[in-house]
Formats: sequence, structure tokens, C-alpha cells
Amino acid sequence: MADAVQTSHAVHEAPTGFWRKWIFSTDHKVIGIQYFFLALFSVLLGMILSIFIRFNLVWPGTEIPLLETFFPMGAPGGVMTPEFYLAFLTMHGTIMVFFVLTTAPQGGFGNYFLPIQIGADDMAFPILNMLSFWLTFVALVVLLSAFFVTGGAPISGWTAYPPLSALGEIAGPGLGTGQTLWVLSIAIFCVAALLGALNFITTTIDMRTEGMTLMRMPLTVWSWFVTAILGLLAFGVLLAAGILLLMDRSAGTSFFIPGGLVVSDQLIDHKGGSPLLWQHLFWFFGHPEVYIAILPGMGVTSQLLSTFSRKPIFGYRAMVYALFGIGILGFMVWGHHMFMSGMSPYTAIFFSLMTTVIAVPSAIKTFNWLGTLWRGNIRMTTPMLFAVGFVSLFVTGGVSGLFLNQPSTDIYLHDTYFVVAHFHIIMGVAAIFGIFGGTYYWFSKMFGRQMSEFWGKVHFGFTFVGVYCIFTPMHFLGMAGNPRRYPELTGFDFLEPLASIHLFITIAAFITISAQMIFLINFFWSLFKGKKAEINPWQATTLEWEIPSPPPHDNFAGKLPVVYRGAYEYSVPGEPQDFSMQTSQKTSAS
Amino acid sequence: MLLAITIWIFTLITVLLFTDLVPEMLELASGEWFPEAASAHAAIVDTQFFNTLMVTGVVFVLAQVALGYLVLRYRERPGQTAYYFHGSNKMEVAWTAATTVVFFLMVSVGYGVWLDVYVHAAPEDAIQIEVTAQQFAWNIRYPGPDGQFGRIRPELIDDAAGNPLGLDPQDPAGEDDLVVPTMAIPVNRPIDLILRSKDVTHNFSVRELRLKQDTVPGMMIPLRFTATKEGKYEIACSELCGLGHHRMRSFLDVLSDQGYAEWLEDQSEF
Repeated sequence: MADAVQTSHAVHEAPTGFWRKWIFSTDHKVIGIQYFFLALFSVLLGMILSIFIRFNLVWPGTEIPLLETFFPMGAPGGVMTPEFYLAFLTMHGTIMVFFVLTTAPQGGFGNYFLPIQIGADDMAFPILNMLSFWLTFVALVVLLSAFFVTGGAPISGWTAYPPLSALGEIAGPGLGTGQTLWVLSIAIFCVAALLGALNFITTTIDMRTEGMTLMRMPLTVWSWFVTAILGLLAFGVLLAAGILLLMDRSAGTSFFIPGGLVVSDQLIDHKGGSPLLWQHLFWFFGHPEVYIAILPGMGVTSQLLSTFSRKPIFGYRAMVYALFGIGILGFMVWGHHMFMSGMSPYTAIFFSLMTTVIAVPSAIKTFNWLGTLWRGNIRMTTPMLFAVGFVSLFVTGGVSGLFLNQPSTDIYLHDTYFVVAHFHIIMGVAAIFGIFGGTYYWFSKMFGRQMSEFWGKVHFGFTFVGVYCIFTPMHFLGMAGNPRRYPELTGFDFLEPLASIHLFITIAAFITISAQMIFLINFFWSLFKGKKAEINPWQATTLEWEIPSPPPHDNFAGKLPVVYRGAYEYSVPGEPQDFSMQTSQKTSAS
Repeated sequence: MLLAITIWIFTLITVLLFTDLVPEMLELASGEWFPEAASAHAAIVDTQFFNTLMVTGVVFVLAQVALGYLVLRYRERPGQTAYYFHGSNKMEVAWTAATTVVFFLMVSVGYGVWLDVYVHAAPEDAIQIEVTAQQFAWNIRYPGPDGQFGRIRPELIDDAAGNPLGLDPQDPAGEDDLVVPTMAIPVNRPIDLILRSKDVTHNFSVRELRLKQDTVPGMMIPLRFTATKEGKYEIACSELCGLGHHRMRSFLDVLSDQGYAEWLEDQSEF
């Protein structure tokens, strides 16, 4: 590999045909853009599902003619049935977690910028990279096809707890073919994620250019690297669990199905399995998955806060250690999803302690972000707004975690809207803010044009206020005991007084979702009509800001850069400008 | 400017909402977010919640106020240059230590509460009741005067024939077993529930009693508590169990000793 850092790979000649260039491309930049658009499509779909979810909670039984057009079986007469609501809920969660939060930050931005930021001309395994994207695409197609099979999409939630998910149609609509497609989709996604993770890890270790020592890497690179390690360890376990579930469903095995089950008065011919086994395997993946979604957002936020404060990141090393700390501890906390599962109460204390430990590196990151802002010279650009928004949401979603990591308080809050509020704020919206920040920041590099700053700020305003209006009241619903995953709120006396809060949330959701049109129009308008971008519009220091926008096929036009300093050298005393490129040699003794 | 003010306003509103002041003004819900506690352990669970609320509330307010202040105070201005500073190990160590101590103190107190609720043997005089969940109903079984639950055989289960649990008629211990769709218990008496499920995973939860526990097929999970306030409470399912999840409702009647005795008598006459 010593040669690789000196000169470009010989394999790289820019493909000319449309198919090789844009469809079956091995160029990490094209693949990054493909991932980005796949995630953009998915997030729109997931958002539309959430509109129906919120609508049904407030106005159940209303006729929506459009629904019948698309789903004549699921919504007869255009009215959402409870099972159709649960199918939407399941698909919303699955799409958002896998095809948005896992895909956009890592597959999208990671693919595009990791090689450039370490001074490489591509990923270590370009063909594997292509395969990884197309498998993700197939996984999405398989998942969405579940909407259109007999029985519709599965109704067991994105967590797919057996026996509900293992017994087939007898346990409910959508649990036949729909559930099988769901498990298949997830298994394919796991393979894609594993290939991607291998690629990211190898690239980071082997392909760094001369002078790009580990401790000079941008924190974005660190976050993609740690995320890839998490992915490598977590998706393998989910793949195994998925295969076991498929076998329980179709090969007559009983990994997750205990004996003596009677469903709808029928004795089930399985015995010896354990429903809790799935929960352990699923959450062994599921909790690291939360960090897979949020770590890249932390990386982007660090990058943006330093760049726009015109100040070195506060505590670079502490930030790197905290990333690793969160990554490692992330594998020891899965049981906090299972305090009420029937698991031993003593085990709960171990998982609770570990979860408390993980709050410490999270707090370190927050302190360091605030420390970065302190005595900076802050430019309030659109990406910076989203970075500050990320910190605010990270704090809000973080402190509510401290109620849920204690088994004693979780007795009451488990599976209520308090949990819904917590994970939406921290893993959903905060991660999305990281994605938005990255989009506004890197758009010019990726597409050679600039997005409108004005409309970006308007979009931020609506979104920031909007998400707080949606998710803050959910804490109170949880404190009033409102269980999650209820299609309607009409069946219980104690839910009736909460209707006005649900109405408020639904209206806030409609407004916030509508406001995303501002982003979409800005995005697509800028794609074709935006102002031509300069090489380094933000006056940032990392390597992507030294090459044309968009970069040439092999990134550095055959001549790999040499790096002399860290990624966050802003406002260095005695230097002519307030940013010092990573490739510039030091002029002072700093 | 606007950003800082937005963050501060939002922080203020959130704090006010948590204090119950605003909800009462708006006549939202019942004013109090938490329903009135009705079991012996509910008070300590609630206390732990409010202690956590105090600690995290301080952290939340300090962090948000600081965030707003920093973006306001250090926004770009002519003549202002950023401070070239890479951080301080002393500060890293200080805030790491501070966070660790505060968080651990807070959660450690909670473990006592947890063990109190979940890890104690049922007293001798505890009333044994079995709860068997199914899609989408609750079956409550009392052992009857003999104090013994009869044998259950899944192959005998027949909802239509009125044997939802599969009670074995061969077993004399099962003859006096009482199976009903709603639960009644006497106030201030320890209760020893055994939670089971026939089909998929459900969750037995009663808000006012701060009870919540999955019922897992293939497992018998104990849940021990003492109700302290008479009343009729709703039992809800809190684990997604299928299309009727949201309709899986039953009642828990907490009665006086005498009321309970009368209720038992009434039931066994059927």
C-alpha cells in the first residue's frame, strides 16, 4: 500500500457510457450520490407514511379516497383499518431507520467524502462499493413490494418481535408474505451494510495520503470509520437473527417459538424456542444501530461548528476517544430495551449501569461543542444553523434518555410516547439535522452549484421550531401513560383527555412536513439553476475544498495531496487568513 | 440573534410544561401529567422520576441557555477574531468527572427502587392470581378456595366452549378455579401475579398502579404489588400484539376487603 499513497490507482479511467457512469458506477462519488437519492426518496416516503399515521390518530375512520386508489385491499373505502395503520407504522420505522438514517449519512456522505477527505482517489474496493449500493436498492424494492402482496405489509413494528412475526398469517394480516418480504429485505440490507463497512474500514486504514496521520483526520472521517466498525459487528448479528426468523417462518424450525402456543384457538406445532432470544439478537444490533445513525451526524456537527466558529475544534483527541467510547459501550447496553421483557431484574442493573456510562462520552461531546463555540467568530450560515440545532436536539433527546435508562422509571415510561419522543428527537431528528447540515455544506462540492442561503435559513426556522412542537408534547403524553403503537385513542377512558395534545402534534407535523417543500424546491432548483460554486466557498480547511466542484473522476487529477497539519486549523495567529488548509506548510511554530 | 432567542423561548416553555403550571392553565389533560398513584411502590417510582427530572432539568436548562448565549455572544463581528485554542485536558477531566459522579449518584438511588419493586419474595399471605393474555383479551384466573391452580393443557383450549385456558377437567385442583375477563383485588393486601401468554408477547400495564410487565409465551413472570387506593383502573396492553392491540382493555377493581369477598362470591355463583 505504500505505493498507493504516492500515485493514483491505475484502474481509474473515467467511464464514458451512461450506464457505466451513472448506473453501474464504481466511482465512490457517483455511488455516494446514488445513496443520497435513495435516502431522499425513502425519507419522503417515510414522511408521507407519518402523515397518515398522525392523521389517523386524530381523525380515525375518515375517508381518504387517495388511499383506496393505491391500496384497495388495505384501505377499503379509503378508511384506514387498524392493521393498515400498523402496516404504515412498521414501514415508516423500517424505511426511516434502515434506508434513511443508516443510508444517507454513511452510504451517502461517507462514500462521497471519506476518500476525498483522506486524500484517496476512490474506495479500497470500488466494485464491492457498487455491489453494496445495488443490494441496498434491491432491499428497498423488496421491502416496498410488501405493500402490494396479499395481506399487505407486516404489522409487527420495525422490531418484529416473535412470535407475532414468526407465526404467519394466523397471527394477523400482513404477517404472511408481507412479513417474509420484510425479513428478506432486512437480510439483504445487512449484506449490503457489511460490504460497505468492510470497504470503509479498509479505505480509512490503508488509503490515507502522505501526512494524513490518524490524528489529523477530520472528525467526519473518524465518525464514518467508527460507524463502519459498528456496522461490521452489528449487521452480522441481525443477518443471523433474520435467517433464523426466516427458517422459523418457512422451514419449520423453532428458534423463537415456544411450545404450547394457541393462536385463534389453533394449537401451533412448534416447541422449544424463546421469544426473548430474538429480542437479545435484535437489540444487540439495534442499539449500535442508534449510534450508526447518529455518529456521522456528530462528525458533521463537529466539522461545521469548527469551520463556522473559525476556531479549532475543542478537545480533538477527547472527541476521538468519545467516539470510540460510545462505539464500544454501544455494544453493552442493548438490554435497556428489555427491562420489561421478563429478563432477570439483576441483568437490568448491568445494562442500566452501562447505559449511564455511555452518557459520559455523550456529555463530553456536548461540552466540547460548546467549548468550540466559546470565543469563536461565528458565521451563521445555513449549515451552521443545523449544526447548532443538532447540539440543541442532542441535549434534549439525551436528557430524556436518563429517564429510560433507569429500570425503576422505565416501569412507567416503557413503551409510552415518552420513548417515542426520546428516540425521534435523538436518533431521528438530530440525525436528520446532521444530514441537512451536511447537505447544505457539501451541496456545492457535490453538484458544482450553491443552494440558496436565504431559503435554507427559512427551512431551518420552520424545521427547528416544528420538530420541537411535534416531539416535546409527546413526553407529556408518555407521562400520562399513553402507550405507543395504538392506531386509535378511542378505546380507553384515560386517553380521551389527551386528544387535544394529539391534535396539536398532528397540526405541527403537517406544517413541519409541508415546510420540507422549501428544502426540496431549493435543492432541485439549485441543482440546475444555482449559482456556480467556487472551490472553497466556506473557507474550510479539509481536502475536499482544494479540488474543483464537482471533483474530477479520480478526485485529485492524478496527483495525491500531501498533508501537513490537522483538520481544524482556524484563526492560527500570524497566518494571513483565518483558515489554514491541511496541505499548507506551517508558517509559524504552532 | 433569532436562533438564541428561539432556543431560550423553547427551553422556557418546556420547563413550564413540566412544572404542570401551564397544563393547568390550558386545561390540558387533567393538569397533572402523572395519574394519581394507587400502589405501594408507585410513590417511590414517582419520586425517582421527579428526582431525575430535577437533575436532568438543570442540565437541560444550563446546556440550552449556554448554547443560546454562545451563538449570540460570539456571532461574527468586525474586529473580532476567534481564539486559537485546542482545548484543555484539565477541563475535559473536570467535566467528565462531574458528569460521571452526578449521573451515577442519580441512577444508583434508582436501583434500590427497582430491586424493591422487582426482586422480593411474595409474603405468605399474598393473593395469587394468574393473568393469561391472548389476542386480544385478558384471562384472569383465581385458584378458588383450595388455593391451588388446576393443570392446564394447551390442546384443550377452546374459546368457544368457554375454556380459554385449557383447564384439564381430570385435575380436581382445577374444579374450583375461577376464570374471568376482569380482575378484582382487595386494597392494601399483597398481590402475587403470575403473567402468561397464550400466543404472542403482550404487556400487562395499569397506569395508576405503575405496573408494566411483558407477558411472554412460554414464560411465567411474577409481578408483585400492593394496591393502596380503591378504584376501578383500566388494564391496557403495552406491547404490540397485532391488529387489536389498542382494544385489549380490561379492568382492575381495587375493592375493600368486604367488597372483594362479595365479588368473589358473586363470581363463583356463575
